[in-house]
Amino acid sequence: MVRYLSMMPNPAPSRHPPHVEFGGVSKSYDGRVLAVRDLNLAVRRGEFLSLLGPSGSGKTTILMMLAGFETLTSGAIRIDGRSVHALPPRRRGIGMVFQDYALFPHMTVAKNLSFPLEVRGIDPARQSELVDRALALVRLEGFGGRRPGQLSGGQRQRVAIARALVFEPELVLMDEPLGALDRHLREEMQYEIRRIHRTLGVTIVYVTHDQQEAMVMSDRIAVLRDGMLEQAAPPEALYEEPERSFVARFIGENNRLHGRVAKIRDELCEVRVGDETVTGLRVVECSEGDRVTLSIRPERVEIQPEAGRYTNDFEAHLEQITFVGDHLRLRMETCGREGFIAKIPNVLGQGRVLEGDRIRVGWTPTDCRVLDHGGPREGEGE
Amino acid sequence: MSKAPKLATGDWRPRLRAAGLTLPLLAFVAATFAAPLATMLVRSVHDPVVADALPATLAALEDWDGLSLPGEEAFAAAARELARARDERTLGRVAGRVNRVRSGLRSVVAVTGRRLPDGPAGSWRATLTAIDPAWAEVESWHALRTAGERFTARHYLAALDLRRLPDGSVVRQEADRRIHLRLFARTLWVSLGVTFLCLLLGYPLAHHIAHAPSRRAGALLALVLVPFWTSLLVRTTSWIVLLQGQGVVNDLLVGIGLVPDDGRLALVYNMTGTFIAMTHVLLPFMVLPLYSVMRAIPRSHMNAATSLGASAPQAFARVYWPQTLPGVGAGCLLVFILAIGYYITPALVGGSSGQLISNMVAYHMQTSLNWGLAAALSAIILACVLGLYLLYDRVAGAERASLA
Repeated sequence: MVRYLSMMPNPAPSRHPPHVEFGGVSKSYDGRVLAVRDLNLAVRRGEFLSLLGPSGSGKTTILMMLAGFETLTSGAIRIDGRSVHALPPRRRGIGMVFQDYALFPHMTVAKNLSFPLEVRGIDPARQSELVDRALALVRLEGFGGRRPGQLSGGQRQRVAIARALVFEPELVLMDEPLGALDRHLREEMQYEIRRIHRTLGVTIVYVTHDQQEAMVMSDRIAVLRDGMLEQAAPPEALYEEPERSFVARFIGENNRLHGRVAKIRDELCEVRVGDETVTGLRVVECSEGDRVTLSIRPERVEIQPEAGRYTNDFEAHLEQITFVGDHLRLRMETCGREGFIAKIPNVLGQGRVLEGDRIRVGWTPTDCRVLDHGGPREGEGE
Repeated sequence: MSKAPKLATGDWRPRLRAAGLTLPLLAFVAATFAAPLATMLVRSVHDPVVADALPATLAALEDWDGLSLPGEEAFAAAARELARARDERTLGRVAGRVNRVRSGLRSVVAVTGRRLPDGPAGSWRATLTAIDPAWAEVESWHALRTAGERFTARHYLAALDLRRLPDGSVVRQEADRRIHLRLFARTLWVSLGVTFLCLLLGYPLAHHIAHAPSRRAGALLALVLVPFWTSLLVRTTSWIVLLQGQGVVNDLLVGIGLVPDDGRLALVYNMTGTFIAMTHVLLPFMVLPLYSVMRAIPRSHMNAATSLGASAPQAFARVYWPQTLPGVGAGCLLVFILAIGYYITPALVGGSSGQLISNMVAYHMQTSLNWGLAAALSAIILACVLGLYLLYDRVAGAERASLA
């Protein structure tokens, strides 16, 4: 049951192959540790896909393999259904934005932009036309004569994007392009990149470790951990329906309760958490006695619910109330866990509860997802 | 408003004290560099020996027309002053100076000085001519007058294989006495050749070191620097051991049958030896500036170039090479300047065909003792180097050259 429709639902399976497809891709730098393991992922034409994960999760390695700068240890990458194994980077027709921008300091902005056109042998008149158009796209008209050293960080970022787009590639890769910018500029550029994506309809594969950024920009996010794909889904689905406890922890804020499966009832199951029994939606395959994690979003927790409204209705000891402006954060101890958080909207008539109160909290089983116990996956080194 | 000047004076004293710490260095530079340089430049145009010894003679020659022999007055003054020089024991130096202007006059002056009677037998002219007939030649008096110039361009003229005729016009030396221009030209092309060889060998090496993993880069850099820690003399003589007729290289070539035993290559005591040894000695001066410039070029630049569609040669020519130009300029300038003044290596391995202009300077300093000419030759080298540096500065901009 899907209560929250994503803005970009999965399209009906088409006869066309996906734009980019990773088939069982693994990468090891030293022959022992796998930086990327058995990645299976397809990117639709025109999609904005983010590779999201903490540092060392293999996201940049995946991008470098796609660009052709790293070799694959096993598996295959296909673009438009054809393996790119034998294609050198320059023949892949991929526009790339590097983390450090990689603008050529000895060339003017216009020369930087015309570089990919020159090496393709495009005639000069057409070159300047394309350069002007690319500069207009990133709103840097009139900056063609400057050198990269004379530009601000945000302007350099725009030049880097324009250079990756100027030769009209269908696939653009971006490696943490906003990492070096301050918060304000970052938000502006997020908006700009989304606008450009919509304008051109190119496929973008975007690497970031910032979940907020990924949520704001992406059609779909692939969450990576230790070189493995945890879940690939649209932002809303990732938030509302995490399938792995790592995803639940990484995306947004979540309350996590650890326990053992006591009883399985169709799509629901009962989990013993301390002295209480919590009912949740069974997301992972599990059987009685398995260790699992329950994940509940703080905004789905109701304070002092009507008696009998929820199966999950527990006593809590309210430790702290924090005023955050549009909502209040309530920190409490419940089901044997300290630091359980509930967010309640800041509306008139609040103040029913005070710090130190013994209160009741409740939530529906469908807002409480039963996930893996959160340790390393089977077969992993740790 | 009134506080500002107070703050300024407060700033001024510690800064002056700090600047005072550089005084020892300034004194050192002044004593060991600036002063010798100035002395050298002065010596190349200033030669007072003859002017001090024969003032009256030179005064008598001032109005001389230079066509016929000078008057009795000049002969008398010359006799008087040569006798005085003999008594003051400066006669040898005077004779040497005159001899440089016109060879053969050393003995004329020296012998005349020694044999001079106290009074003239008839006229001084007859007396001097009787001692040596050279006094009856106009050229001898021209030479005396030229040697007596206190401030003179004759060293520079000699350094450029030129000489001045009695009528003041400047002509080239006779063909068999033109040696300096040929040496300058040879020095120039050896320096250019060595610079080119260093660039050819050093560029790939610097590139490899700059982009190697840090541990290997450290080891390779140490290998480049090891020659710096070894005495120049040891390195140069090692090359003699390696390159001589019965040396390692020739033995190897004969051993593998590339060269017949009776046709061993002459690799040392000639231009080949000078080239090989100088290139080896100067290579680090090319590698280090290149390395420091290349290390600052991120790897992503080449990746970016190839992802934008450039082939490897295009990426190198358009993106990498232009960014290394400051290093190329600095390295070439450094190697070229060092090569143009190189002395020990050509002296040891150059034989007679591998000698450079600095060896000529050494010769005039140590053997012929013509310091004026040595100074003029050095000044010309200095001017060449400064000229090249200014040219480079105009072309590349000195602030972009990192002489690291």
